[in-house]
Amino acid sequence: MRLTTAVRVTMPVRVTMEIKVPAALSPTGAVSPNAGPEGGPPPPRRSALLRAVDRVGDFWIVGVLVVMVLAFGLKSPGHDLFTRASWLNTSDYAVEFLILAVGETFVIITGGIDLSVGATLGFTGMVSAAVMQSMLNSHDNSLLATVVGFAIALLLGAAVGFVNGYLITRLKLPPFIVTLGSLTAVGAAPALINGGNEVATLPSQLTTIGSTEIGGWVYVTVVIAAVVCIGMGFVLHRTRFGLRTYAIGSNNLGARRAGINVDAHLVRVYTISGVLGGLAGMMVTANFSVASPLAGTNDELNAIAAVVIGGASLFGGRGHMLGTVVGTFIIALLVTGLVLVGVSGSWQQVATGIIIVAAVAVDQVRLRLAER
Amino acid sequence: MSDLEASLPVAGDRVPVIATRGITKHFGSVQALRGVDLEVYGGEVLGLVGDNGAGKSTLVNILSGAFQPNSGSMFVDGKHVTFGSSLEARRSGIETVYQDLSLAPDLSVWANIFLGREQTVKGPLRLVGWLDRKAMAREAEADLERTRIRIGSVKALAGRLSGGQRQAIAVGRAVAWGSKVLLMDEPTAALGVEQQAKVGELVRSVSDQGVPVLLISHNLPQIHALCDRVVVLFQGRVVADLRPAEVSVEEIVSWITGASLAATTATAGALVRGAAHDGGPGNDAGPGNHGN
Repeated sequence: MRLTTAVRVTMPVRVTMEIKVPAALSPTGAVSPNAGPEGGPPPPRRSALLRAVDRVGDFWIVGVLVVMVLAFGLKSPGHDLFTRASWLNTSDYAVEFLILAVGETFVIITGGIDLSVGATLGFTGMVSAAVMQSMLNSHDNSLLATVVGFAIALLLGAAVGFVNGYLITRLKLPPFIVTLGSLTAVGAAPALINGGNEVATLPSQLTTIGSTEIGGWVYVTVVIAAVVCIGMGFVLHRTRFGLRTYAIGSNNLGARRAGINVDAHLVRVYTISGVLGGLAGMMVTANFSVASPLAGTNDELNAIAAVVIGGASLFGGRGHMLGTVVGTFIIALLVTGLVLVGVSGSWQQVATGIIIVAAVAVDQVRLRLAER
Repeated sequence: MSDLEASLPVAGDRVPVIATRGITKHFGSVQALRGVDLEVYGGEVLGLVGDNGAGKSTLVNILSGAFQPNSGSMFVDGKHVTFGSSLEARRSGIETVYQDLSLAPDLSVWANIFLGREQTVKGPLRLVGWLDRKAMAREAEADLERTRIRIGSVKALAGRLSGGQRQAIAVGRAVAWGSKVLLMDEPTAALGVEQQAKVGELVRSVSDQGVPVLLISHNLPQIHALCDRVVVLFQGRVVADLRPAEVSVEEIVSWITGASLAATTATAGALVRGAAHDGGPGNDAGPGNHGN
């Protein structure tokens, strides 16, 4: 009973996926005999089977998450992982990475990368907090300060993303270099705001968002992150914008020949990533009831890791919003799970590193088998 | 663009679907095209052959809008046209099946066919719209069927299909968009013998529907078997307009190498010598080549 709760809780997007999980693990081993002798036109029955293997195979990482939930849950003293407190901790921890990873998913599917999202988070969080603080000090209109704070964070994030996209497309610079530059430059900015000190005078509406649990089970910030995931998942998988995002990453020249304005599209994608960086900045400020100049440091690495664990290819063209959600929760679960079973938090970094490489390796093997 | 004629002066009663007059193109000091006159008529399969560097790829790139000529004019259905981009060429009905096929391997067959022209359903208040996946899959299937192309499922990823099937999708996509003429650049270069034959059938079924095909290929036996007419480019000029029904593959080869040209008349001989003194032909491996 408690077990099903924990599983459903880690997979808020589509519960039906769980059913496939037992099958998802075995096919990774069972692919070879079926996929090996492929050549010439395959008979319909086997191609249906191959498709099924492909389908389930795409979601094998869900199985990894479920196994982790079970392992940490059963291993933790008193099955602590299956408690409300653990879920609240894990989901709360996941929020900032989840929001960043959603934007990163779009960027990576185009074949690019955005290293600046963590810096954007810290920068937008600090600027909006400084503005909200001075508004509170002079007017004491808390609601207005909150609204202005959100607007500033989102607009600043959009500006950072737009500049990234503009430099990448107009000057034809590699995304890695451009966003490394903005990571460095934007990342230094928080230390210049408010004398490099934390901002703690914040509107009550904002801190309420960070501390309210709906029905005792879900933080408001988690709901916001879930809405972002579902909304952007819809955009990615069901709209023209999403289809073209895949097309650009899959065959850039082909997309241009098909009449797609690739440059404009890429600018929009990087701008979306920046806006989500700003939103994540607000969520972190709300969460800790304080804006720290250190917020967001190294967050881009977790966001990229989550996307890659979720099955996206850094060469572009491949990736899935559900995979990103699962990847984020795998990383979050490593933090809370390892602490619960009494392992030092530093091992989380080691484990994340191993999982990144293992996830990509398994995906490569799977693809090679499927394409043979 | 020196001479901007409003329409093409036509000798007979047949208006060519595409015609070029005096097209030249140079890349720096390399003269790739030296005044090309070419006509493609409805329903025919026209072969364009020539040695490496004869200017084939440059000419195809100009016809498909990727390059702009230095001088000369182009006509579609007798009307003067200029293309600033490949999109403009496509809007005039010139569809190109590129050597690399221009497919997105990570997208499904239907998505590849509809890429850039997606159909959407408008949601409530017309604020959000989403892809009409069912309609596009259905139409893609019908489009491919009309071209007698058989793909297992239009939902399959393009990257998972065989070379011949991918070729078929690229051709099917071009035909589906109601093109007036189909340019095919080295369609069989990367294919096995069996799949080359399939492409031949594909080309025939396209021209049977009245859509002319301009076929660029090194595969002379296939050109000879498939084409109604063969035009030979030599050092940036059209030097021969042959009917495979009347000439052998060997004769085509002798035009490609310039041997027939040197053997004909004294004027033609002078032409070849003059060309040789100009510093040689453009190089297809240079700027005339497609990316990839």
